[in-house]
Amino acid sequence: MKLFEYQVKKIMREFGILVPQGEVFFDLEQAKNHLEKVGEGVVKAQVLTGGRGKAGGVKIFSNPAEGFKLAEAILKMTIKGERVRAILIEEKIPIEQELYLSIFVDGRIKKPVIIASKAGGVDIEDVPEEEILKLPVDPLIGVRNYHGNIVAQKLGLSGDLGKQLTALLINLYRIFETYQAELVEINPLVISREKLIAADGKMTVDDDARFRWPGDLPFNEEKTPLEKRAEEIGVSFVELDGNIAVMANGAGITMATLDLIAYFGGRPKNFMDAGGGANAEQMAKALDLLISTNPRAILINIFGGITRCDEVAKAYLTVKQQREITVPVVIRLVGTNEDIGVKMLQEAGVESFSSLREAVIKAVELARVGGDN
Amino acid sequence: MAIIITEETRIVVQGITGNQGRFHTGKMLEYGSKVVAGVSPGKGGTEVLGVPVFNTVQEAVKITGANTSILFIPAPFVLDAALEAMEAGIKTIVIISEHVPLHDALKIMRVAQAYGVTVVGPNTFGVISPGIAKVGIMPNTIYQKGPVGIVARSGTLSYQIAYELTRAGLGQSTVVGLGGDRVVGLSLAEVILSLARDDETQGIVVVGEIGGTAEEEAAEVIRHINKPVVAFIAGKTAPPGKRMGHAGAIIERGRGTYQSKIDALWNAGALIAEVPWEVPVLMKSALVK
Repeated sequence: MKLFEYQVKKIMREFGILVPQGEVFFDLEQAKNHLEKVGEGVVKAQVLTGGRGKAGGVKIFSNPAEGFKLAEAILKMTIKGERVRAILIEEKIPIEQELYLSIFVDGRIKKPVIIASKAGGVDIEDVPEEEILKLPVDPLIGVRNYHGNIVAQKLGLSGDLGKQLTALLINLYRIFETYQAELVEINPLVISREKLIAADGKMTVDDDARFRWPGDLPFNEEKTPLEKRAEEIGVSFVELDGNIAVMANGAGITMATLDLIAYFGGRPKNFMDAGGGANAEQMAKALDLLISTNPRAILINIFGGITRCDEVAKAYLTVKQQREITVPVVIRLVGTNEDIGVKMLQEAGVESFSSLREAVIKAVELARVGGDN
Repeated sequence: MAIIITEETRIVVQGITGNQGRFHTGKMLEYGSKVVAGVSPGKGGTEVLGVPVFNTVQEAVKITGANTSILFIPAPFVLDAALEAMEAGIKTIVIISEHVPLHDALKIMRVAQAYGVTVVGPNTFGVISPGIAKVGIMPNTIYQKGPVGIVARSGTLSYQIAYELTRAGLGQSTVVGLGGDRVVGLSLAEVILSLARDDETQGIVVVGEIGGTAEEEAAEVIRHINKPVVAFIAGKTAPPGKRMGHAGAIIERGRGTYQSKIDALWNAGALIAEVPWEVPVLMKSALVK
């Protein structure tokens, strides 16, 4: 899960990293008094997506009236499809130099890596390789003073600033560990009046380590009602813009099923991985969800491993008994207890396929007959 | 000779008394795998399907000579279980569990490196050397002994492809599931290299998916081996920025795309199957040459 800048800065402050003074507001009325009090500063849109600066989500104001106008406009903004949910009003700090510093989990070398560069304030992706320091960290050792020395040297920081950098880096790694982060990033890390200050902060924390996060972090990512429902059922779900609803078991085969629909000229309406070992009840709920999206056709592609084909057949027949299914459903069943599942469906007058190819072609055909949208 | 799982493989099941552990112990035994021990703290002295249960891995290793462990352990406890296995002298660990915290995976891989242990997973379906043994949760019925090695990031999709190969008369030497997480033990490149060195393997099938750079790194290895490689990559139509089921299956900042992987593999000399049922066709024609 990604964190908002204001959440990251609150954490950084708690861990002894200097950040500009600021306050977060979720509506305009609350912000008004504060704007009167501070008089000047910066209004920053709080979104999880990157590139808000270019989109006009960060603005400087020099009097309360101007601040109010900007706050009002920014609170109404949508940046890259994400509505602005809050604004951070911060003091404006003098900037002598902008640097870049982050720690992320590198799956390739299976270690945390410190990234540092003198080129701060720009997207690190756009900085030439030779201007970037990549320093792997042994997760059994963590970040120590000598790492700080290496990074300070690369950033050209000596004396007191070098010492500040080392302390900051160690604190950043403490945050990284404490919050089980995939990424913590300070960009830019600014030198201001001889102090190192985190002018912006990004963080992604590992959802699988939720039980270790200190305190309660709110759920930041906004989900559509369908995605919420899918989460409650316990299936992995992504909405797409086609007209053939899909259920399969396993991430890879679900992706491949979507690809095959496109290959034969159809358009998938969703990604739904019902996972391994889903039971009949769970599948029935998942199927109900798919029906509620009004697709032109539904394709169920099950390769039974842990998932049993008879459970899938049972789920389908349960739903069919409870409600009238008007949308055509194509079922492909192979694997564990295939014969039982196929027989159950046959007895209920439902055709199933064993060939993936034939099943996909059939679903695409049915969706086409169903209409053009 | 097959890779990772051989005739010498003696398995201890960590978490043998849980539902999953018990069920798959049965399936592994049915397949002929030598499951010699189970571990479940507090249940030592009992038996599961005739397999002796111990309180600690140390005991299990000492008494039964287990050298390979498979974990059916709730995610928060996987780190502990894996470290216990490594300290007890286990040399191959297969982690089936899903949702293992990323930082725990980092520690496991680091310690494995220090102890010289091979880790498969987390979030893997395991490893099978058809006709010899399986350490995993894959169906028993779809494989057949033969000349094709498979390495996959995704379980069910690899079942589909193994099934297509078997039906086409192409059996398998070893099938390895890498796991769908961001940090996993064995890498695609490492398994391809092992299969390239394996006498029994004549051709290699790569079942990849979008996200990460594993396929791009594997391409560097493929360039230097002299066995045919056929690749199928899932996720051609996946939208960027959306996690497609697996933690690792996401296109971020334009990286990890289908096209990037296909280009890298193709340029390295791999044959690209556009649909799963093309895999056996391409492999057959490549093996004839």
